[in-house]
Amino acid sequence: MTGLWYALVAILFVVYAVLDGFDFGAGTLQLFVARTDRERREVLAAIGPVWNGNEVWLIAGGATLFFAFPQVYAAGFSGFYLPLMLVLWLLALRGISIELRSHLQDALWRQFWDAVLCGSSAAMSLVLGAALGNVLRGVPLDSSGTFMAPWFTNFRVRGQAGVLDWYTILLGIFAVVALGVHGGLFLAWRNEGAVRERAQRAAHVLWPMMTALGLVAIGATEIVRPEIYRQLLARPWAWLLMLLAFLGLIGARWLRDLPAFLASSAFLAGTLAATAAGMFPVLLPSTLNPAFAITAAGAAAGEHSQRVALGWWGIGIPLALAYTTYIYRSLRGKAVASEH
Amino acid sequence: MTDPLFWHRVQFGFTITFHYLFPQLTMGLALLVLFFKLRGEDAQARFWVRVLAINFAIGVVTGIPMEFQFGTNWSRFSAFSGGVIGQTLAMEGVFAFFLESTFLGLAVYGEEKLSRRAHTAALLALFLGSWISGYFIMATNAFMQHPVGHALVEGKLQIAHFWQFVLSPWAIWAFLHNMSGSVITGAFAVAGIGAYWTLQGRAQEAAPSLRMGVVAGLVACALQLFPTGDRQGKLVAEHQPATLAAMEGVFHEEKFAKLAIIGQPDVAAQRLENPVYVPGMLSFLAYGSFGSTVHGLADFPRDEWPDNIEILYYAYHVMVGLGTLFIALMLAAAFWLWRGQLSSSRPLLWMLMLAIPFPYIANTAGWMTAELGRQPWLIYGLMRTADGISPRVSAGDVAFTTLGFCGLYALLAILFLFLVGREIAHGPAREATP
Repeated sequence: MTGLWYALVAILFVVYAVLDGFDFGAGTLQLFVARTDRERREVLAAIGPVWNGNEVWLIAGGATLFFAFPQVYAAGFSGFYLPLMLVLWLLALRGISIELRSHLQDALWRQFWDAVLCGSSAAMSLVLGAALGNVLRGVPLDSSGTFMAPWFTNFRVRGQAGVLDWYTILLGIFAVVALGVHGGLFLAWRNEGAVRERAQRAAHVLWPMMTALGLVAIGATEIVRPEIYRQLLARPWAWLLMLLAFLGLIGARWLRDLPAFLASSAFLAGTLAATAAGMFPVLLPSTLNPAFAITAAGAAAGEHSQRVALGWWGIGIPLALAYTTYIYRSLRGKAVASEH
Repeated sequence: MTDPLFWHRVQFGFTITFHYLFPQLTMGLALLVLFFKLRGEDAQARFWVRVLAINFAIGVVTGIPMEFQFGTNWSRFSAFSGGVIGQTLAMEGVFAFFLESTFLGLAVYGEEKLSRRAHTAALLALFLGSWISGYFIMATNAFMQHPVGHALVEGKLQIAHFWQFVLSPWAIWAFLHNMSGSVITGAFAVAGIGAYWTLQGRAQEAAPSLRMGVVAGLVACALQLFPTGDRQGKLVAEHQPATLAAMEGVFHEEKFAKLAIIGQPDVAAQRLENPVYVPGMLSFLAYGSFGSTVHGLADFPRDEWPDNIEILYYAYHVMVGLGTLFIALMLAAAFWLWRGQLSSSRPLLWMLMLAIPFPYIANTAGWMTAELGRQPWLIYGLMRTADGISPRVSAGDVAFTTLGFCGLYALLAILFLFLVGREIAHGPAREATP
């Protein structure tokens, strides 16, 4: 039961990263690939109907982590108190920049919110990557099962590590670039004309950078947390995830339109899912002592609570998937800018 | 000021109070917009959906911090009770947020593309989504007020009886009380803006809003008092007697207990100053008979008294006092409406317009009553508030980020008023605001 919930939580966060990932990437790129007001409105027409629903996957993932593994939710969220407050402010600014921008037909008003969208989207991409870096590297959990992560300490990955060190910054930059590719391919699929061409070009320029940074990140992870690869290799079913990531990477470069976007989704999903498979059963490693790590079994809510949750989850998530499918299906045809 | 507990409470209290200004209007308007659409008043529906969309956006961005704060600020509480309350919070996301976020766009922008029936269905879905979301929040809060359906296993709370937990009477009555409160906020906004347009000499475009606001307002105000408020009060009397005593300013046990309409509690001296009483009324309201005994605070150990009796007392009296005035105002407005003279009764129109903020105050005061009344407990009888905070987060960090929230939320408030103000100035007659 605990393993199942570990997988379900991982799947929710992977879906979140893939979905909100493209609107982070598109939000970052729009300042560059869309230059006139009309072009920017075309970008917003592409992400406007879906960004809020995408963010709900974060709520669903966070809340599922909360009830399935209360211990790790409590330790992780309080330990990352300051970075999470920053995330909340960024998400708030980002949300209103999308929603309020087109309410006024004033050029400066719109340019301001476009810049806010770009900055907050890029920062959120960086944060997502750095967050993954923190979870992989581990946090200074002590024997009480709690920690308090400072923003930075000595930029090293052992001992009293901070939120930012060389490894988490590396993953942050990788995420900005990778979500740039992802968002670029989304816009290339959803838009037409100049936006489509520039987005396609941006994705192609960023792809080699993403690949290079990805290889560096793989090497760095071997230094920071070598057991991930050992466990991954020992679980043959997880090799499929790596294969998925590899095929996605190739497809993102050589395919076009929807297939290219799906390939980049597969790359992100495969990479993240393989990482989760390599981490299992650890939820949050400790940089102080491996024995202080929080594991799935140690953090789990009681068996009965987990079984009860499976009942309504089995109804709720298919419903959520149905809505998500419905909204994406209703988007067939290119995104067209609103009148104003 | 160096006490982390103080700052955690300030941060959660401030962010939840600000947040809840928006969902109450969303939930109220979602219902009224659906009524407009069903009555064929499309221009009104279109206008109020535009207001709803701006309001919804602020509600979403201020709502996400609430979900996070369970973990960031109240980690001991989360670790202790996550197996129970984490489930209702997750259900809110899964059953309500997906529905809302999918259909909001169609409700706001889909009128031209969709058939009339499909657009009405999108408005219905938006209404259902926002009200289902409200239910799961109330179920979560109900567990903290009056925990049922749980079991304590190895020091952690677990769900023992799912339906008992999800459908607890407290959740159902608090939900209904809360929802009629939301409809009051929505109805007062609709009626008040309608009154504003009428006063401006735009009576024709204002008429449907004025009518809808007054009729829905009157019905919701009545439901707020009875049965929802009455039942909510009886639940407090039954399960939180110390809270009831503090709310009503009762310090010593009374038979035929009198109801204080007004008066200031002096907690040190354990009495009410300058009180105006209605004899026997409190016994009747709390227990259904005038002869019942109402416990006073002195009957309870000092460490089980709510820790801010003054604010609790005033919040409760502000809520009840405003609720009573709302009924009077809406009765008068409905009477004039029925006589066909509301549009020409300028004093009444002024009052309706100026009444717009007061349901927000009443709803906020109601929530302060519920939450301060629960103190010193975080989960009534199971966990004290002081035991629920994150042990490693310092008072300074919380103070600093609270200031950050103040600044960000001030910006959001200005943006909201500015954009909604423009919409109101343009009104329903014209199509989309340029």
